[in-house]
Amino acid sequence: MKGFEPKIIGFLCNWCSYEGADAAGRARKAYPANLRVLRVMCSGRVDPQFILEAFKEGADGVMILGCHPGDCHYKEGNLQTLKRYYVLKRVLSTLGIEEDRLRLDWISAGEGDKFVQVVSEMTERMRQLGPLPR
Amino acid sequence: MTGKPKIALYWCSSCGGCEESVIDLAEDLLTVTAAVDIVFWPVALDFKYKDVVAMNDGEITATLINGAIRMGEQEHMAKMLRKKSRLVIAHGSCAHLGGVVGLANFYRREDLLSRLYQEVPTINNPQGILPQLETIESGRKVKLPDFHDTVKTLDQVVEVDYTIPGCPPTPELIKEAMMMVLEDRLPPRGSVLAEKKALCDTCPRRDSKPDKLRITEFKRVYETEWDPEKCFLAEGIICLGPATRGGCNARCINANMPCRGCFGPTDDVRDQGAKSSSFLASIIDVTDKEALKKIVDAIPDPGGLFYRYGLASSILKGKMTRGRS
Ligand code: SF4
Ligand code: SF4
Ligand code: FES
Repeated sequence: MKGFEPKIIGFLCNWCSYEGADAAGRARKAYPANLRVLRVMCSGRVDPQFILEAFKEGADGVMILGCHPGDCHYKEGNLQTLKRYYVLKRVLSTLGIEEDRLRLDWISAGEGDKFVQVVSEMTERMRQLGPLPR
Repeated sequence: MTGKPKIALYWCSSCGGCEESVIDLAEDLLTVTAAVDIVFWPVALDFKYKDVVAMNDGEITATLINGAIRMGEQEHMAKMLRKKSRLVIAHGSCAHLGGVVGLANFYRREDLLSRLYQEVPTINNPQGILPQLETIESGRKVKLPDFHDTVKTLDQVVEVDYTIPGCPPTPELIKEAMMMVLEDRLPPRGSVLAEKKALCDTCPRRDSKPDKLRITEFKRVYETEWDPEKCFLAEGIICLGPATRGGCNARCINANMPCRGCFGPTDDVRDQGAKSSSFLASIIDVTDKEALKKIVDAIPDPGGLFYRYGLASSILKGKMTRGRS
């Protein structure tokens, strides 16, 4: 798809992943401008309805980034997210949304590099998939 | 002409079960019909379209419309009845949420038509003709209603004042809704006329529902024997009671079948499938990725399970690639 720039919505948990993104920023690391970040208090706050809403409103991909297992500030919000993520991926594919359009990853406050890598991979994958047909 | 309130009933894209649910009022139907004038009810009474068109705007006290909106004719009728009625009541799951007929939103219009008119083994259509909007029959032009791309809920087409949920609603709820209209004691406009809380709250098996559900395997009803007194979820059988509005008298549970969500979600939920899937995910007691994937992959037909009644009313309204209306 020529000239296609995917729109990606990222739900980043306040305590780890948002900090991780900040670390990338402070280190002046470049990452694709395709990501629109929404800060949430915990990855567990990401209701599947938000994800569907993002796809409806024009996102080509959605990312949820949270603390590593064991590090969630609300104990197991991220583990709830993990379970929901697996179920939701199956629901999404029945709705014509390729499973890769939703990605969950764990990024700690120090992992600026990983943040850049994950966002770059996601952007690349969305370029391959092209715009979400709607 | 009496001074009795006028009531109309109409059906759109539905199976006829909602009409049956009115008949199931049995003797109560007589009480209701004694108190009102039914001015339009194509399935049972011989009033015509033109009779309703001739009425004044707002002349009908309340119109119950069942069925989803798929055809141009249904949309036209819904809009016409909206104008003639003081209250429009969505009657049943299809009008409320799209219902089972809304599952068609998993498919493209073209695919549905070619499947039905060209591919099914029982069709005899050698020329492969698909429905047309106009045709000449015995020298006269006949117009047919158009078939939309997307199944819509009633409230996506006209303003809906109240909803009686269920596939079909129980006669008790229909009667109570009629009495609310007649006795002028309706709740705030927009209300769904059933319980506010989830089904589990009034389920006869609720006492056996563990406080903290932990499931490591979902069983299907044909694969297992279960204790007919115990909460389905406690037995590892998927029951959507926790994510479904109560008010059905736990009909399925009393027939020893788990809930599939026909009463729709509770007031605070926008997307029934998202909510049901999220609730089900939350009770899985596994976080190891491999094991988790195995359990989740074993959920049969997740789209049809979580959206059995609510696809047309969901955030995405159906499969993304189904086309536009
Ligand atoms: S999960 Fe189903 S069986 Fe269990 S209490 Fe709720 S409605 Fe009843
Ligand atoms: S138990 Fe569930 S599916 Fe059955 S009638 Fe009640 S709400 Fe509908
Ligand atoms: S606080 Fe970061 S995932 Fe819960």
